[in-house]
Amino acid sequence: MRRLRRFSIQLLPIIALIGALIIGAVILYLQDVNVREAYTAMAVGAFGTKNGMADTLVKSIPLLFVALGIVIAYRGGVINIGAEGQLIMGALATTYFGVAYGDSLGPWIMIPMLILLGTAAGFVWGAIPGILKARLAVNEILTTIMLNQVAIQIAFFLLRGPMLDPDQVAQGTNVPQSARLPKVADLPRMRVLSQLFGFDQSTKDLGMADGWRKEFVGLFIDSSRLHTGLLVAILMAIVVWIFMWRTTIGYRIRAVGQNPAAARYAGINVQRYTVLALALSGALAGMAGAIEIVGLHHRMFEPTAVSAGYGFSGIVAALFGKLHPFGAIPASLLFGGLLVGGDKMQRAVQVPNVMITVLLGIIVLFVVSSDLWARRRMEKLEKEEVSG
Amino acid sequence: MEELTFLAIFVGVVHSGLRLATPYLYAALGEMLGQRSGVLNLGVEGIMLMGAFSGFYVTLTYSAPWLGVITALIVGGLMGLIMAFVSITLQAEQGISGIGLYLFGLGLSSLLFKTMLGSVEGVDGFSEIHFCVTESFCLADIPVFGEIFLRHSIIVYMAYALVPIMWYILNKTTWGLNIRAVGQNPKAADSLGVSVTGVRYACVIIGSALAGLGGASLSISLLNIFQEGMTNGLGFIAVALVYFGSWTPVGVLLGALLFSLINALQLWAQVLDLNIPSDVAVMLPYLLTVIALALPFRRMAKPAALTRPFQRGEN
Repeated sequence: MRRLRRFSIQLLPIIALIGALIIGAVILYLQDVNVREAYTAMAVGAFGTKNGMADTLVKSIPLLFVALGIVIAYRGGVINIGAEGQLIMGALATTYFGVAYGDSLGPWIMIPMLILLGTAAGFVWGAIPGILKARLAVNEILTTIMLNQVAIQIAFFLLRGPMLDPDQVAQGTNVPQSARLPKVADLPRMRVLSQLFGFDQSTKDLGMADGWRKEFVGLFIDSSRLHTGLLVAILMAIVVWIFMWRTTIGYRIRAVGQNPAAARYAGINVQRYTVLALALSGALAGMAGAIEIVGLHHRMFEPTAVSAGYGFSGIVAALFGKLHPFGAIPASLLFGGLLVGGDKMQRAVQVPNVMITVLLGIIVLFVVSSDLWARRRMEKLEKEEVSG
Repeated sequence: MEELTFLAIFVGVVHSGLRLATPYLYAALGEMLGQRSGVLNLGVEGIMLMGAFSGFYVTLTYSAPWLGVITALIVGGLMGLIMAFVSITLQAEQGISGIGLYLFGLGLSSLLFKTMLGSVEGVDGFSEIHFCVTESFCLADIPVFGEIFLRHSIIVYMAYALVPIMWYILNKTTWGLNIRAVGQNPKAADSLGVSVTGVRYACVIIGSALAGLGGASLSISLLNIFQEGMTNGLGFIAVALVYFGSWTPVGVLLGALLFSLINALQLWAQVLDLNIPSDVAVMLPYLLTVIALALPFRRMAKPAALTRPFQRGEN
């Protein structure tokens, strides 16, 4: 019974999601939309078919990276609203070096190097607000938000100038986008990986003519945009967990986040770990940008279209996953689905997909609001356990 | 293009600078009120967008700009009520809940715009007052002085009038004393019988109403148009201006003027076709915000209880 009540606290995000969907239903109803039709279109569009599921997974990759970064920052006692800008800086760095030197080395060296470069750019872009906070006590929420806009404009400046696609110049269209990265630097698709392990048939040849198995297995062996960034993202979730909960540095970051005064008393350099938490948070967002380039877009274009609001939806995913790396995995999948489902809903019942932004906002409000209730409940349970 | 004299450019820059400070002033003064009572409202951007849309919609539908202003104030206040309930009663983390409110406002204003209007159109909002004495003579035509100061809409003048009003309320009234006490030392204020919760609710709701008006000042006075996400980070800069202005109305005014003048310079640089990349120019205010926040000179300390929820009986 007690375990059940404890479990109910863990379920709070789900309740928040349901609450948000109910409010969303009211908003849709007031707009004379058939709510059932809209939500069905959303769910089926995101999770119901192979293609929808592939899109969902593709979108959940950057979400997971960003969410992991948010987890590190939050656990370190800082709030990073700058993932959007850090992602753009990562994507820019990867694109710049990929276009310039992408075919000079083999893919096995080049691709990891490009990803690392993007990660490093994100690290630096995250370290700036970190240093400002640690040295000058500048509010990191504000600086990270401002640096988003700065990153967007840097991207536009580079894409209209030094990085502009020569083809665009030749055609005289001058759309601000870079040249395509050389094909050697493409992160392999999941399909290619499956073939590497001997699955060189399609699902049809494997005898899976119909049903969910065909849809599910097809995700990985039939052609789709799904790339191996998915595996990198899941690997990073494990790395972040080990780093934060099994290493001294991770322990110190969490100690600073929980109680800076006590951490200082214990001899931990609070300033250094504040900078580190924000820089690592930025690094993961930068990695998201790098993977988006080598895995999906293969070129840089309009920065806000590349970042696509992941910097904000990633925060929601991190909160939803209870600020734990392993919670972030299903949360990213869910919100990836919500983003894809929103597009599908727009096509099916003409509800603008900004509806999803509304839902994200409500979910954040619900999740943070339920914190107090959960804390009280937890304390009560613990008291009962001690006395009983 | 005709040759512009230095004087004409100067007049142009200062005039648009004064004009562009309007949304900053409403939003930042409102935000300051909330912060002085101890609540950091990061949802300003979303509130402004809701104010901008609702004010625009009502003005367009009923051709009554004042009705638009009232609507924007009410909608802003309602958004503030959400923020107040979440951050004061439910004691949620203020940085994150503000982002939630921002996303909510951003999404809802775009959604309503798309479903209710669909396409961009202009509106007859507030026009510039020219202070005409006779048919042929207007004070606005006085060289330099009139051209700079006497060619604004009532919404612009109201924003500037708010500065001394806010100063007076905060420093010369009991109400202001209560606000400052609640922001500095809520426990002491509580023991003297001041309702911490009540004061904070009032400050956040009034502050958000002003933010709503700030949004509407864009859509029915300065630009007379609504676009999705039209505030473009202005609400976040307004929050930064409160820090920059050391939580005082005059400081906020100076910050708002500095920013809007730089904005005006950037716009005029593009009009005059000076050789500055537009991206760099657009980036400037945001970069400047970061630098301004990092400036090492020490200012008045921020309200001691800022972002700390109050719970009677806890330390």
